[in-house]
Amino acid sequence: MHIPDGFLNAGASIGGAVVAVGGLSVSIRRTTQILEEKQAPLAGLVAAFIFAVQMLNFPVAAGTSGHLLGGVLAAVLVGPWAGAVCVAVVLIVQSLLFADGGLTALGVNIVNMALIAVFCGYGIFLLLRRVVPRTHTGVTISAGVAAMLSVVLAAVGFTIEYAIGGTGGAPVGTVAAAMAGVHLLIGIGEGVITAMTVGAVLAARPDLVYGTRDLIAPVELRESTVTPTRSAP
Amino acid sequence: MRRARLGTFIALGVVVALALAFFVSPYASSQPDGLNKVAIDQGLDQQEQPHALEDLPTAGYGVRGIRNERLSTGLAGLIGVGVTFALGLGLFALVRGARRTGHDPAP
Repeated sequence: MHIPDGFLNAGASIGGAVVAVGGLSVSIRRTTQILEEKQAPLAGLVAAFIFAVQMLNFPVAAGTSGHLLGGVLAAVLVGPWAGAVCVAVVLIVQSLLFADGGLTALGVNIVNMALIAVFCGYGIFLLLRRVVPRTHTGVTISAGVAAMLSVVLAAVGFTIEYAIGGTGGAPVGTVAAAMAGVHLLIGIGEGVITAMTVGAVLAARPDLVYGTRDLIAPVELRESTVTPTRSAP
Repeated sequence: MRRARLGTFIALGVVVALALAFFVSPYASSQPDGLNKVAIDQGLDQQEQPHALEDLPTAGYGVRGIRNERLSTGLAGLIGVGVTFALGLGLFALVRGARRTGHDPAP
């Protein structure tokens, strides 16, 4: 899903860079306001883990592979704001250190994988959580399904950018169908990896998971054991 | 249920990430990913430009000079996980620091 240099024209690339800088600035500011102390090291781990798993391309169809994007995984674990920053860090390291994902395309790649996949995916996660049981299993399934759809949405993001400033000659409709189809398959892998990872963290340290803060039992409010004395009428 | 201490949990997570990057990534599929496959099939890559940093010794997830391809990929994975973790940890520590200063009431 990493767009190389030259797939998009200068206009689309610059537009993407502007949106990426704006989105990341807001994300960093919001992270500054809400990141809990114990979540700061977790966010570093999430970025490192996503880097590692992005290297693990799995076969999806004849001559095609896919790999984790990690947007929903990051959003569920550390929240969408810090999650977007995590994925952006991964994309920057990949482009600047491993020449993966074009330099001029860094902005659009951040838009697709660090903004669209993270925020749209997290929105779907929140919607799904309203209809599934309020349990760890419900959270795990919601994360998996949202992750799957987030990959398709990132592919739609690329298709829109291609429609705006693609240098290739193929019709937008053909590209849209091909992108959606293959990324639905890749999304299945994304969903499985995301669900497994969220499930593992929920089993070990449920208190660290941002997406389930509402499940942590609040300070118990007990009925007073002392019955208030009422004056007889 | 006993919970792992935060430091232990983070350390374990980093070990898992390093192990995946070093031991598993050399066996990952080398077929083009979804976007690249569509690009090849539909000719979207006709104007593709080489990456400006393609001469880096770590370009393309390898370490130049290491003949063994699997070892080269695995080492690149270790470097990537290490750099990403260090950057992430530093950045989020800065962000935490900014909050502390930001909340100080003006003198």
